[in-house]
Amino acid sequence: MKHRALSIYAFAYLAFLYVPVLVLPVFSFNNSEFIAFPLSGFTTRWYAGLADDSAMLHALANSLKVATVTALLSTMLGLSAAKAVTHNRLKGAGAALGFISLPLFIPDIVLGISLLLLLGATGLPLSLAAVVLGHLLVCVPFALTVLIARFEGFDRNLEEASTDLGENGWMTFWRVTFPLMLPGIVASLLLTFITSFDEFLIAYFLSGTEATLPIYIWGQLRFPERLPMVLALGALILTASVGLVILAEYLRNLGAKKPMVGA
Amino acid sequence: MSFLTLSQVGKSFGGPPVVDQVSLEVPRGEFFSLLGPSGCGKTTLLRMIAGFETPDSGTIAIDGEVMNRVPPHLRPTNMVFQSYAIFPHLNVFDNIAYGLRKLKLPKDSLRARIDSMLATVRLEGLGQRAADQLSGGQRQRVALARALVREPKILLLDEPLGALDKRLREAMQIELRALQRKVGITFVLVTHDQEEALSLSDRVGVMEGGKILQIAAPRELYERPACRAVADFIGEINFFHATLREIGGESFTVNAGVLGILQLPVANLAPGIEPGDHILLAIRPEHVVFAREGLAGEIAAATFLGERSHFHVRISGRNEPVAVSSAAPPSGTVHLQFPPEHMVGLPIDT
Amino acid sequence: MTVDRGRNLGRGYRLLAPTLAVMGLGLAAPLLLMAVTSLKSQNGISLTEGWTLAQYGAVLGRASYRSLFLRSVLISGAVTIVTVGLAYPIAYYVAFHARHKFIWLVALTIPFWTSYLLRVFAWKIILGFNGVINSALMRLHLIGQPLEFLLYNPFAVVVTLAHAWAAFAILPIYVSLEKIDRSLLEAAGDLGDSRLRRFLRVTLPLSMPGVIGAAILIFVPTTGDFVTPQLVGGTKGIMIANLIEAQFNGVGNWPLGAALSLVSMALVGVLAGLFVASARAATRAAR
Repeated sequence: MKHRALSIYAFAYLAFLYVPVLVLPVFSFNNSEFIAFPLSGFTTRWYAGLADDSAMLHALANSLKVATVTALLSTMLGLSAAKAVTHNRLKGAGAALGFISLPLFIPDIVLGISLLLLLGATGLPLSLAAVVLGHLLVCVPFALTVLIARFEGFDRNLEEASTDLGENGWMTFWRVTFPLMLPGIVASLLLTFITSFDEFLIAYFLSGTEATLPIYIWGQLRFPERLPMVLALGALILTASVGLVILAEYLRNLGAKKPMVGA
Repeated sequence: MSFLTLSQVGKSFGGPPVVDQVSLEVPRGEFFSLLGPSGCGKTTLLRMIAGFETPDSGTIAIDGEVMNRVPPHLRPTNMVFQSYAIFPHLNVFDNIAYGLRKLKLPKDSLRARIDSMLATVRLEGLGQRAADQLSGGQRQRVALARALVREPKILLLDEPLGALDKRLREAMQIELRALQRKVGITFVLVTHDQEEALSLSDRVGVMEGGKILQIAAPRELYERPACRAVADFIGEINFFHATLREIGGESFTVNAGVLGILQLPVANLAPGIEPGDHILLAIRPEHVVFAREGLAGEIAAATFLGERSHFHVRISGRNEPVAVSSAAPPSGTVHLQFPPEHMVGLPIDT
Repeated sequence: MTVDRGRNLGRGYRLLAPTLAVMGLGLAAPLLLMAVTSLKSQNGISLTEGWTLAQYGAVLGRASYRSLFLRSVLISGAVTIVTVGLAYPIAYYVAFHARHKFIWLVALTIPFWTSYLLRVFAWKIILGFNGVINSALMRLHLIGQPLEFLLYNPFAVVVTLAHAWAAFAILPIYVSLEKIDRSLLEAAGDLGDSRLRRFLRVTLPLSMPGVIGAAILIFVPTTGDFVTPQLVGGTKGIMIANLIEAQFNGVGNWPLGAALSLVSMALVGVLAGLFVASARAATRAAR
């Protein structure tokens, strides 16, 4: 049956996707500094070592700070732009959206370098704030995509009904628009958080002395003896990310059960 | 005193006017309908009364107060939307109670009020039901309850029954009428379904191209349409070309071609027509009579509809068959008679 | 239309303004600055006064740079073709044959919620001389000597990125396949098309927007990636991004780097545009 070949391919492809990923947990518990077969027994010492690595913890804190701020800012900017574009027939809306989405079509290295030049020219220091700005460039288009899709499924009559029933603009937003947008807002926050947390290229150029976690990892890659600990870190990030993604999907489906239209 | 007064209201969206100098008056407690085809401006007019659109010209007054500058949330009107716009994240109770927040009612009296409204729209016991578990008819009633519980001066309804299937629609029409009689609130309903408008309303305003063509009680609209568009839109009708010869005290005389010279009651003549004008004579299919004498014709088609049957009768001197709705099934050649009291004279222009 | 259009327009522009401002600050101004920088020369640690096209002369004039550009384009093209080619069947499978699509989609995206660096590094471990594949094959006595062709060459770059970008390929293709009206396929079958013909004549053309989108999503970042070439590319797999990165690391040549960046951006833009145009034309012609 034709489907049989395709199914085999599908599972084989899935294996292809997971093998490198599984390298992380497998060798993070391996009692050897060398990442090769045969395995040398089970150990958790690499994980224990992470707790003592103050440089790593500092970089982790930086990444969390940057990712949180980026998530909040890009979602807010995406929200206002999405509302502007879907609720009104603005002239030039298409051009504005195209401009905002431009970073998706420019290699990150160019974005990072150009911001580096801007900082150099204006005398501003390389810093986490600069990293946030860089991350906003790539995250706002994502936030916008998620939020526009959500807004477009939104029955405009619901806001009118609220006004008709006596609520002014602000109360309508608070009682109707915001609760219904919440799943989209949460999805946007999670997506942009994860994107920023994992982002390396732009942070590499802009972070200066304060490393983010990917930059820390990059620094560790040249030291073979540090590798198992790096893998342990990767395994932890994987677990946390998976948890977050599952949470995001759960929340999204929670919101999706309620139809967006009032009819 | 008129309760809702529209005075020369006009609106355009950057092109030809969508609402063109509309004036009308609705007395308190009336069930008034705006009837017309899609795009005739009726929904825009309704939205202007609600406050969602601002008139370019003219005034809208409710109970003596001019409303042009008043935003929707401060107007004494409430609307039932075509899509019902039930809040998906609230249950039935909270939906209905939505507009009462500002009143800050104590819990008990709020509950009593909602329960009473649930009973009025016959949704007792469904207060805790989630919005996405309601049927179409139930949604419609929630939308009604939500609007009525605020005791507005005018209830606006935008094609409220359009989404329902035929049987449900007919049942809801009866309920809607009874409801309006019971609560006594002025209703303004917008629809393209002429049966709906005629069966529900005290008076109907027929609209086309942004203008009001005629406002009258349903019977009057049906029996004495003021122009071709109204006659055509409401029910089925036969048109004949004729020339007005003279207008007398009690009757007017026409030269009606194949129908001959006819004398019709002057009350059946639309205003503004002068002798010598070409006019249209109109008669409903159910008023054309099969008789032993009269205009000869042949049955071209017959549709059995139960109590009555619908016939298309070909007569000489006319391309289009005459539509006749009658009980008695004739055979072969028939003779038609056109009782003068049921023929109206309309201007030939639109 | 909610309220009067006139009032809305003002509010709409005001809502759009902050986002546009941020993007303008982060995108337009810096790129402009980059263009300016590319027209200067580096003099020690500062830039010269006055304008010059020397950088562009170097970029376009030096044979080694030109061949680097060429190689980068070829490798990026190979990555794109391989990634999309491998991703299409799985997207097709999930869209048409999978029973629990949601679970499949989650399963397919989970690998991408790890650090990108670590995924690339994982491939280095897997493909290496003493790496996972070689040590496993040696242990199983399937080979006597470790395979050398696996790592530090364009092949490794292609494999690594085909893995790293897989989600960017699968999702857009899946979405456009999912949108295809199944009754179109039934109609084609009804009109005499075999399964293969039906695929070629209906499914494939209708999924082209997704394929084109995926190709762009992969081609563009690949040309700007220096991580993968540096980790697994060896000397043969170096790409233009590595050269650009080198200019900004320590004491490099900023104007040269700027010129290289803009030229590669332009090159990528032109190629992407050509690709999209020709793909669309080919799709139309095939109908």
